[in-house]
Amino acid sequence: MTSTELTQKSARFNWWWPLLLLLATIGIFYFYHATLDVYETSILIITAIAMGFLGYFWPAFRWHSIVVSALSLSALQLYGVDLSRAENNFLLQYLLASQSALMWMSALFLAATVTYFAGLWRRSDYLEKIGTVLTWAATTFGMTGLMVRWRETHMMGEDIGYIPVSNLYEVFILFAVITALLYLYYEHRYQTRKLGGFVLLVISAAVFFQLWYMFERNADEIQPLVPALQSYWMKIHVPANFIGYGSFAMAAMIGVAYLLVNWRQQKNPTSAWVQAMPSLSLIDDVMYKSIALGFAFFTVATILGALWAAEAWGGYWSWDPKETWALIVWLNYAAWLHMRMTKGWSGVPMAWWAIVGLFVTLFAFLGVNMFLSGLHSYGTL
Amino acid sequence: MSEQDQPRLHNLPFRRRLVHFLGSMDLAITLLLTLAIASVIGTVLQQNQPYTDYVIKFGPFWFEVFEQLGLYDVYSALWFLAILALLVISTSVCVVRNAPSMIRDIWQLRTQIQKKSLKLMQHHAEWSAPQTVSALTPIYQQQLKAQGFRSRLTEKNGAVLISAMRGGMNRLGYLFTHIAIVVICLGGLMDSNLPLKIAEWQGKLQIETRDLAIRDIPANSRLPVSDLAFRGSVSIPEGRGAEVAFLPVRDGYLLQALPFRIEVEDFRIEHYANGQPKSFESDLLIHDPERATPLAETISVNHPLIYREHAIYQASFGDGGSKLSIEAWPLDTRMGQQPVSLETKVFANSELIWGDTTLRLEMTSFRPFNINADPTEDDPDNLRNFGPSIGYKLRAPTGEAREYENYMLPVTRDGREFYLSGVRNSPAEQFAYLYLPVDENGGLDKFVAFSGALHDADKTKRVANTMMLDALSVLPDKDPQLEASLQLTLETLIAMFMRGGFDEVRNFVENELPEAERDNLAPAYLGMLREMLARMYFTEVVPEANPEDPEQVQFLQDAVDAMGSLPRYGSPVFLKLNDFEHIQSTGLQIAKAPGKNTVYFGCLLLVIGVFLLFYLPQRRMWLWLEADGNETSVLMAGTSNRNSREFNAVFARQKQLLVGANGNSAEPQTT
Ligand code: HEM
Repeated sequence: MTSTELTQKSARFNWWWPLLLLLATIGIFYFYHATLDVYETSILIITAIAMGFLGYFWPAFRWHSIVVSALSLSALQLYGVDLSRAENNFLLQYLLASQSALMWMSALFLAATVTYFAGLWRRSDYLEKIGTVLTWAATTFGMTGLMVRWRETHMMGEDIGYIPVSNLYEVFILFAVITALLYLYYEHRYQTRKLGGFVLLVISAAVFFQLWYMFERNADEIQPLVPALQSYWMKIHVPANFIGYGSFAMAAMIGVAYLLVNWRQQKNPTSAWVQAMPSLSLIDDVMYKSIALGFAFFTVATILGALWAAEAWGGYWSWDPKETWALIVWLNYAAWLHMRMTKGWSGVPMAWWAIVGLFVTLFAFLGVNMFLSGLHSYGTL
Repeated sequence: MSEQDQPRLHNLPFRRRLVHFLGSMDLAITLLLTLAIASVIGTVLQQNQPYTDYVIKFGPFWFEVFEQLGLYDVYSALWFLAILALLVISTSVCVVRNAPSMIRDIWQLRTQIQKKSLKLMQHHAEWSAPQTVSALTPIYQQQLKAQGFRSRLTEKNGAVLISAMRGGMNRLGYLFTHIAIVVICLGGLMDSNLPLKIAEWQGKLQIETRDLAIRDIPANSRLPVSDLAFRGSVSIPEGRGAEVAFLPVRDGYLLQALPFRIEVEDFRIEHYANGQPKSFESDLLIHDPERATPLAETISVNHPLIYREHAIYQASFGDGGSKLSIEAWPLDTRMGQQPVSLETKVFANSELIWGDTTLRLEMTSFRPFNINADPTEDDPDNLRNFGPSIGYKLRAPTGEAREYENYMLPVTRDGREFYLSGVRNSPAEQFAYLYLPVDENGGLDKFVAFSGALHDADKTKRVANTMMLDALSVLPDKDPQLEASLQLTLETLIAMFMRGGFDEVRNFVENELPEAERDNLAPAYLGMLREMLARMYFTEVVPEANPEDPEQVQFLQDAVDAMGSLPRYGSPVFLKLNDFEHIQSTGLQIAKAPGKNTVYFGCLLLVIGVFLLFYLPQRRMWLWLEADGNETSVLMAGTSNRNSREFNAVFARQKQLLVGANGNSAEPQTT
């Protein structure tokens, strides 16, 4: 994140952004300090700082955050203390209640996927720009949905409230939102709208699963947390993990794009489509970048997991299936990075490897909960 | 890293070659992937289960094979540890080999670089500036500084070289990540059970597989208080204490002594409104000879107590031997006529003399409440609280046992109350339920009286006799032979009924009677039996009652049904729970991990290292300044070990700044 031209861009008014975050932090602390312990307070501050940097390098993120906050706050206003308003207040019912917001998110993500591909097909920058806008909108609704749901859990009952990244349904939303944000960042960074459709594909898959999970299993019901999950670690471990998962998923989809472009190029180097797509070297570069990012955050997440385990299970490492699969994923990408950095591999094999990586990651994320038994107490399908 | 010296590899001495192999990237990558694949095993095959389960799963042959391979505890199997060790060695070698150059790389500005190699770089540019070299150098150095570059001047005969670098710490990132791996693994080793394994190989330790009382556990299965790591568990009833922990090892355990005594004052489960458990908490007292007063602490899930390097966790809970006062109601006269009261507790055994056999009564469980679906209906949705229940086994001298589940409070069926008792022959079966009708004053007296009467030979004789006389009174003259046979038949019917319920009678009809007579005899026999039972009830149990009274008739019906199923119930008594004192036990996990901080330190290194590696690109720039009249011809070149794409922009901008820079302003003007 040491790119000079970016610091230049945002240098113009980066004074109000930190200020805003400072005020927000103080405000939150003022209203909730009674319920925040020292850890949660530090998490709050760290979050603010992280958002500060993000907004600094990435102006659009500021506006995203501001809109999310505005929408969430108005939702809280409309709710008051009465959960049933979700049925009888128009705005909540059709826009802001978490389930409604998430429905909008799902719809918009699907729309964005289609639009990106349409843009790719018709070679229309305009459509692709629309795709970007739709993705932003979807992300905003998704984030709002999570925020509002957070409040809703508290309205379910004094002792029930929890941060909505605590079961499989919620983390799927988190996955979609984070992956989208990651993509939007790289899109802005490398002007690669052409890759949008591919990345949005994996997000749409997540959206479909989440819808199925909701309609088939009523997974969207808010259930109180089992004791094992009642910990502030949840608030950092899970998001960090999903930055990892999201980056790996994105890398895999970019890998797919790479293989397609490469394949077309073999057949017909002058094909207009190949011309339209970003250069192979750029795609390859973005793939590396997102795996590197994923690896970094996945490292952090796994370590946070170990710290939590040391507090909840009586040991920082128990070779519990979920833990072990995290290690497997991590080792896999460590090997990937070595291949690339030290043996200088790149291109087709690495693209395939990134795709395989996604399946390994997918198993760590879903398969373990579905097929293996362990200490991890959430999200058995 | 490791390729350049490939060619002349074969003519190196073996030691060098070994070191080279160990430090080779190929080995590293192979190891990373091997480790990944090996780790899968332990996740698909559930680890550290009772060995009997594995035998059942794989059969004796494969069980043996897998055991030899250590698959039931893969992560402490020798071959797995070997892979880890190799990885550590390989990483160490790699670090040791690369460290010197990397460290040099952090500082060195590559001042001895040649002009031609600058020209060869992918990023280079040339221009000529309208100032003298001496005027230009401070400006350029200033400029580079403004962009975070450290720079140095070197005189090259006639020319001046400004070498600049930023992000040298990137190399530190390499060192950190890889040293971290070593540190973490070593820390993990400190906390592994390797010392135990070694002691076991040396025969100093014996894994105990029997289920013994603590005092009976032999010395060579005990571990003294020491600095070694361990991770064990112990279950302590409320109001009791323990100063040991059980360490699970393969299919057995070892007993680890603790330097203090843990007493459990109380264990609590808090529930959410919807009945889900919300928290498990234990109030602990730590009695430590080193303390004047015991330390009082409450632990709960996610909130362990750390005391003298020992971490004490809330892990599980169970029954701690709840006290039960029970009334044993005889269902068989050989057990007497009156209920016997019995004080026992969960997990206690007592004897039960039944005629000439002694049954062993094993109390297995107590539940303060049973919020579950009606155990006698299929509808899983109508959840009710059925109140307290006890579970026990009746074991015959032969060893096989029947399992019972009795509810403390009567359940209501069609407005009548019954005591409910489930029975099954094996855990695999469903419970079959016995309904004992509750009489007017809420007891079992009436039913027991009835059963007693039916077991009583004289009463049976008497009732049979009156019934026989009534039946034959319609005949004109007495027929002693007929009388005798009918009397006998009636008594036999009752005997049969007591032996096997109505089925016994039906079977008798099926098997003993000639084909032709069955169809009209069967109903006749059953009719007679019912009549007998009714007479028995109204003469011997409730003589004063009116036989027309529907209540009585109903009760008789229920009693008869219950009597009919008693033979299948297989217990001579019904155990009625009268009172209880619920005592829970808390399951604590106790761990000691001396390597913990080492591991955490390694983790810190790893995180710092990884971020340095990825996000602090090491960028170098060179400016080769040569006087050209009173102008200066400038050759600029640069490299970056990461993000070469971004570096294009960086380089271009840097060039722009330098070209744009003149004497008046050393400040970069942004575009
Ligand atoms: C679990 C073990 C290991 C982990 C997690 C690990 C991690 C990493 C990471 C994250 C990178 C940075 C890749 C990049 O810059 O994109 C790296 C680079 C590297 N690793 Fe490892 N590594 C491990 C083991 C090894 C071993 C055993 C060796 C020795 C053969 C090794 C040699 C290297 C080298 C030479 C580099 C390139 C450094 C550079 O030039 O930037 N690594 N490693």
